[in-house]
Amino acid sequence: MSDTSAGVSRYRSVKRRDNLAGYFFIGPWLFCFLAFTLIPLISSVVLSMMEYNMLSDPVFIGFKNFVDLFTEDQLFGKSLGVTFEFVFLAIPLRLMFALLVALILNRESKAVPLYRVVYYLPSILGGSVAVAVMWRYCFNRDGVFNTALRALGIPCSISWISNTDTAIWSLVLMFIWQFGSPMLIFLAGLKQIPKSYHEAAECDGAGSVKRFFKITLPMLTPIIFFNLIMQMIGGFMVFSQAMIVTEGGPLNRTLVYALYLYRQSFTYYRMGYGSAMAWILIAIVGVFTALVFKSSNYWVFYENEIR
Amino acid sequence: MKRRRMISTVVFHVFVAALGFIMIYPLIWMIFSSFKESSLVLKTVGQLFPSEWRIDNYVNGWAGFGNTTFATFFKNSFIVTILTVIGSVLASAMAAYGFSRIRFRGRSLWFICMMITMMVPSQILMVPQYVLFHSLGWVDTFLPLIVPEWGGRAFFIFMMMQFIAGIPKDLDEAAMIDGCGRIRMFIGIIMPLIVPAMATSAIFAFYWKWDDFMGSLLYLNSPKNYTVSIALKLFCDPTAVSDYGAMFAMCVLSLLPVIVLFLFTQRYIVEGIATSGLKT
Repeated sequence: MSDTSAGVSRYRSVKRRDNLAGYFFIGPWLFCFLAFTLIPLISSVVLSMMEYNMLSDPVFIGFKNFVDLFTEDQLFGKSLGVTFEFVFLAIPLRLMFALLVALILNRESKAVPLYRVVYYLPSILGGSVAVAVMWRYCFNRDGVFNTALRALGIPCSISWISNTDTAIWSLVLMFIWQFGSPMLIFLAGLKQIPKSYHEAAECDGAGSVKRFFKITLPMLTPIIFFNLIMQMIGGFMVFSQAMIVTEGGPLNRTLVYALYLYRQSFTYYRMGYGSAMAWILIAIVGVFTALVFKSSNYWVFYENEIR
Repeated sequence: MKRRRMISTVVFHVFVAALGFIMIYPLIWMIFSSFKESSLVLKTVGQLFPSEWRIDNYVNGWAGFGNTTFATFFKNSFIVTILTVIGSVLASAMAAYGFSRIRFRGRSLWFICMMITMMVPSQILMVPQYVLFHSLGWVDTFLPLIVPEWGGRAFFIFMMMQFIAGIPKDLDEAAMIDGCGRIRMFIGIIMPLIVPAMATSAIFAFYWKWDDFMGSLLYLNSPKNYTVSIALKLFCDPTAVSDYGAMFAMCVLSLLPVIVLFLFTQRYIVEGIATSGLKT
């Protein structure tokens, strides 16, 4: 009797010690999570129903911010349109380019690690202000891009970043240019495909194009799916490039949603309005992510399904 | 057959090298331009090599603006970045150990919360965090850029947990029986075994912080507190800039720490991305 009670109390004290130790180790994370993520998230919900300019006291206005966004704010619709255009152009092109380069680099060669470094370099530098500034001077009237075109015999004298038709393309090209991360993930995925599949298909007389569409592509669909989700979320949030390269212009042709959100919040100090905009963005990203997840039943292929 | 393979190898190398060169040409162009005479930078775009190599762009650029030199901006960036890296990696390692090896009440709830934070975009936190830091009086200090990072990052925690899962539990139990406490076990046994994951995290934390533009833009108001990224943005403002040589020179300098770190650590990065899907 006393034996078991001693055992129980020892068990309890171990439990208590584990609880203490657990919270000690996750403590820093937990504190920052509560203070800098959870509480801001909750206050963001509240703020989205307020009018607050940081000077006077916040005023509760219900759903007025949301109603205004949809009924009165023309730039809201415009910035959404720009963001969709950017996402639908830039993400598929970046992924296709990443896959293409990964396919090319997927071979045995001593030079491949060097090539990987070169191809990844733009991605590691891409988020910086310096590269965005550089981009601006590559795509203006007498920039590197036009100079190269002229050298190839194509006369071109438009400034890509200040022409309403091409400005978005200067951002899209910059986004595609940084295809390094999805490329590395594709490369890792390609290495996972057993060589025997290709050898067997080759014995049966399948050409390289057929093997790509019947073996490589289906085997890569889980990776494509992962990359698509990650890139899509990133694409909807694009900010600094638009802020530095084109500053939203010309005529708001590159006013991406995140940039407009920033302006409303920190140029006009409409904190409530900005919060409402942020929640709409989350909702849109959520819907698209859910759609991609739903669609994955039809096109994502998992190897263990055949067994 | 052999000949065909050789031709395909040559075509491969020529094509891949050419494409790689085109890709990094803008960077090369910027580096060479920074050594040209400033007034010629935008006039001699087609000519890669400067006709005369000069370093006065670097001298002129370094002088900065608003009575503040780039020495201050770089110092600020290094302070912010290094404090962030240390805090973020340590906190991540601690949390990873807690989540993977200690059974405590509420563990799965907090674990789910942590995984969800990976999906929370920074835009939604931007406004309420600003309101919070404003009310704490932290605006125009480094604190809003550093302190939130001391909780670690979900990506890092998750990656380190994968590493810890690979360490046999017998090791912990043996140490436990020998009377080794949790803290000593964490420092003496776990940390040395997850050094690769910690290194990868540290490298990414460095990149993200060094390049972070949004945080500096929101929170730093006076030139003496500017980090390189916000200083560079103002220095290169299209309406104000006239010294293009100095502009490119400072751009190159700002990339230098990242390029050097990348060249020394690219193996970690390539593996880190390939195994955990980390994105930059």
